[in-house]
Amino acid sequence: MDTQSYLPVEPGVGMEENYFSLDDILLSQERLPVRTETAFPRLGFLERSSDTQDIPEGTKMELPLWLSKGLYEKKRRVLAVELPKVYKEGWRTVFNADPNVVDLHKMGPYYYGLGSQMLHFESPENPDIAQTLLQTFIGRFRRTMDSSQNAYNEDTSALVERLDCLEKALFKSGQSGLNGFQSWEKGQASQLTASSLVLNYRKRKIADVQP
Amino acid sequence: MFCEKAAEMIRDLQRMNEGQLPAFNEDGLRQVLQEMESLYEQNQTDVNEAKAEGRADLIPSIKLRHTCLLRNQRCVSAYLYDRLLRIRALRWEYGSVLPANVRFHMCAEELQWFSHYKKSLASFMRSLGSDGLDVTQDVKPPKSLYIQVRCVKDHGEFEIDDGTVILLKKNSQHFLPRWKCEQLIRQGVLEHVMS
Repeated sequence: MDTQSYLPVEPGVGMEENYFSLDDILLSQERLPVRTETAFPRLGFLERSSDTQDIPEGTKMELPLWLSKGLYEKKRRVLAVELPKVYKEGWRTVFNADPNVVDLHKMGPYYYGLGSQMLHFESPENPDIAQTLLQTFIGRFRRTMDSSQNAYNEDTSALVERLDCLEKALFKSGQSGLNGFQSWEKGQASQLTASSLVLNYRKRKIADVQP
Repeated sequence: MFCEKAAEMIRDLQRMNEGQLPAFNEDGLRQVLQEMESLYEQNQTDVNEAKAEGRADLIPSIKLRHTCLLRNQRCVSAYLYDRLLRIRALRWEYGSVLPANVRFHMCAEELQWFSHYKKSLASFMRSLGSDGLDVTQDVKPPKSLYIQVRCVKDHGEFEIDDGTVILLKKNSQHFLPRWKCEQLIRQGVLEHVMS
C-alpha cells in the first residue's frame, strides 16, 4: 500500500462545512436559483440581464451557495432560495424509484454535499430532501462498495463515471484497501517503492520536454 | 460576479492531484487582494453614507460585499494552507534537499517556511533517544539490515558507512545497508529487488 504524506483537509460531514477544505470551497461555488426579497442598491452590474443601477426586489438570479448562505436570514426576508431541480419533487420520485440508474456525476457532482447544504434554508420540503438523500446513498452504497472491492487490476473509469464526489472518495479508499491486501498476500508489502509524488513529477518533466 | 478569481485559484490547486505543487499563483493572489481592497473601499463609503444620512436601504448591499470579503479571505487562506501541507509532504518524500524544479514553484515565504520546518523536524529528531532518531526512516518495518537494489538511472558515486565507494550505474545491482538506500528508493534512483 502506498503511504501518502500529503493529507488534504477533509471535507465536512453532513451540514457542516470545513473552512480549509478545497472540496468544500468548490462545493459552495455551486450556483443556486434565488429570488431577491429586498433591493440591493448600487449592485446592478451583478445582474447582466438589466442595466439598472440597483438590483430591484423580486429579481430572479443565480447566486453561488456561499453567497446565498451568507445573505440568508431566517428572521428577515432578504433572499428566497429555490431548490435546484434535482432536489425537487419530480426528481425525488426518480431517486426513490431506483437510485442505481441515475448519473450522479452529471447531476452534481456534489449531489449529497449540496443537498445537505440545502437544509440550511428553511423549506417545508427539507425532511423529504434529507430522506431522499439518505435513501439514495443507502441504495447505491452496496454497489459502490462491491465494485471497489472486486475490481483488481482493471480499468475502473467505467465504474467511477457515474459516482458522486463522496462516493468516489469511498471507492478510492476501497481500492487502496484492496490493493494493499493483494500486495500483502503476494509478499510485496515490505518492498520499498518510489514515492508516487516523485514519479508523477518525473512523468511531467518528460512531458514538458516533448514538444 | 465577485470572488471568481479566488475560486479559480482553488480549482487549479485541486486539479493537481496526489499532492503535486503547482507554481505559486502570485498574479492571482494579487488580483484577489485588489478585489478585496476595492470591496472594502466601496463598503466604507456606503457605511458612512448609511450612517450620515440614515439610509438603511444600503445595508443589504453592504452585507453582500462583506460576505464576498469573507469568502475571498477563506479562499486565500485555504490556498496558502493547502500549499503548506503539500510542501510539508515534500520534506517526507524527497528528503531535506528539494530538486530545483520543485523549489522553482515555491515563493520566497514558502521557501523560508520549508527551511524552518526542516530545522524543527531535525531538532525534534535529534532530541529523541540518546543520540537522535531519524523518524523519516523505516516507514515500513524492516525485515533485514541489507537489501538487494537495482539502479534505475545513473547516480554517480555513493559512499557507504565502511568507507567503500560504489558506482551507481544504470542497471547495476548492489547489496546495500537498508537505511542507506531507503531515501534513494523513495526518490526513484534505486529499485528494491525482492527475491
